[in-house]
Amino acid sequence: MKARSSNRMTQVLAYGISILLFALYIFPFLLIIINSFKTRLEVVASPVSLPKSIDFSNYIEAFQTMNYGRTLINSLAITVVSVLVILIASSMLAYLLVRWDWKINKIIFMLMVASMIIPFQSLMIPFVTIYGNLNLLNSQGMLIYFYLGFGISMATFMFHGFIKSVPVDLEEAAIIDGAGKFKVFYQVVLPVLKPITATIAILDVLWIWNDFLLPSLVLVDDNMRTLPLSTFYFFGKYTSNYSVAMAALVLVLLPILLFYFIMQKKIIAGVVDGAVK
Amino acid sequence: MYSEKGFLNKFKVFALFGGIPVFVFLSVVIVPFLLGIYMTITNSTGTDISTEFVGLQNYIGAFKDQRFLDSILLTFQYTFWSLIITNVVAFLLALLVTSGLKAQNFFRMGFFTPNLIGGVILGFIWQFVFTRILVHIGTSMHIGIFSHSWLADPSHSLWALIIVSVWQNSGYMMLLYIAGLTGIPKSLTEAASLDGANYWRTLKSIKIPMMVASFTVSIFLTLQRSFMVYDTNLSLTKGGPYRSTEMISMHVYNDAFLYQNYGIGQAKAIILFLIVAVIAITQVLLMKRKEVEV
Repeated sequence: MKARSSNRMTQVLAYGISILLFALYIFPFLLIIINSFKTRLEVVASPVSLPKSIDFSNYIEAFQTMNYGRTLINSLAITVVSVLVILIASSMLAYLLVRWDWKINKIIFMLMVASMIIPFQSLMIPFVTIYGNLNLLNSQGMLIYFYLGFGISMATFMFHGFIKSVPVDLEEAAIIDGAGKFKVFYQVVLPVLKPITATIAILDVLWIWNDFLLPSLVLVDDNMRTLPLSTFYFFGKYTSNYSVAMAALVLVLLPILLFYFIMQKKIIAGVVDGAVK
Repeated sequence: MYSEKGFLNKFKVFALFGGIPVFVFLSVVIVPFLLGIYMTITNSTGTDISTEFVGLQNYIGAFKDQRFLDSILLTFQYTFWSLIITNVVAFLLALLVTSGLKAQNFFRMGFFTPNLIGGVILGFIWQFVFTRILVHIGTSMHIGIFSHSWLADPSHSLWALIIVSVWQNSGYMMLLYIAGLTGIPKSLTEAASLDGANYWRTLKSIKIPMMVASFTVSIFLTLQRSFMVYDTNLSLTKGGPYRSTEMISMHVYNDAFLYQNYGIGQAKAIILFLIVAVIAITQVLLMKRKEVEV
């Protein structure tokens, strides 16, 4: 009896602490939402009180000033295309590196693994020098090209580990049936890669969607900007009008939170797998 | 393993599967990296690649720059505190949400949410919290420490960044610790409790020693993330007030792109790479040794 009641006590205590911490983690988001519905004067008077009325005018202003529709489409297009390109290129490269036992393949693989420790900050100055001189900056297509370049080593590394454990037997059966090399890869190997593909896709979506430094160096035109970029420039202009700024933040948070609610389990599994590898 | 006969066939296979990926990889990562090293030993600028060698002059210039040394020291300080606090908090969170509470998945989800959001946006959210919310609470409830903005005070601004970093990363590290905790065989903890070990004893003698791998992974992940911080730094404090929060990444960025010191700036970037490389190699060696022991 005594053990049970002390158990219940710890349960209640654990619940209490969890709820308190949960509130602490969520509190910044709640404050942003509350203040996004207030007028500027209400925010100045008290940033912690509830809004007097629900008013969407801040949202309309933020939507227009940030060019939200355009920016959202930019972010979506760049993220989706980059991730697809990374997945296709790196799965093919990893297949080559695992299935053909050539010296050059070993060198490429070693080079890729080693390059994973290079921080972007160590590359950005020569990077801007080269591509600026070639006049290849300020293009969304080039930004996707750069994401492929920066994302390929990790993706190839993860595909490599996975393909190594896939038996060759299936492929050999297809080869006997007369399938060409690309067809074998496309019809036999690619379908087996699904689980690891999901993990890589999630890691890369989160990375590219949230990335700031690379697009800030590559994209110059206003109408090419991605969400993190336009948030940054928006805040440069709107430092004093907090209520519109808060509405802008809510708009920027919405897509990623929606993605999280839909894909919750996959995202959590993906980031854990990604870290352990 | 497949083999191809003749150079032409080999080349065809290589070009089919690896041509584009290898070209992109070389042009985006390897060429800038090598050129970056070359830039530090020549008299190059942001627009011109010079062939005039200057030896180690740029590196000497980097180490003579007191602001660079300050930013390294500051980054170490920031990394040290956010590493310790993040991992302690993350481990406690993991224990809490694996203790069998009914709503534990809901709590996990909440704790992980900040990690999904980009640093720039997190920084702006907390800028509002520090300059408006906390100041408002501080002045209306007479809590001295909050009565003025932490972001305007050089002695508190670093701690503002550390708090945001803990908030951002602890949920992620919590997930890794959860994976570690649930990987411990049930038979071990049950045997311990049959032997009369209480919660703390089980934690200290079984759970923590069984989770050395999780600790290593999370500690190095936090180490790398804190060391390279840029986005939150930019949107929360912009390095201010009075350069009191200018971390290495921001320092390198400003040196090159704001003050046009390309040679010295790139030398600093290479020094940064060397520090990160030492950290990464240490991690690999530590992990290898652990694998042998287990």
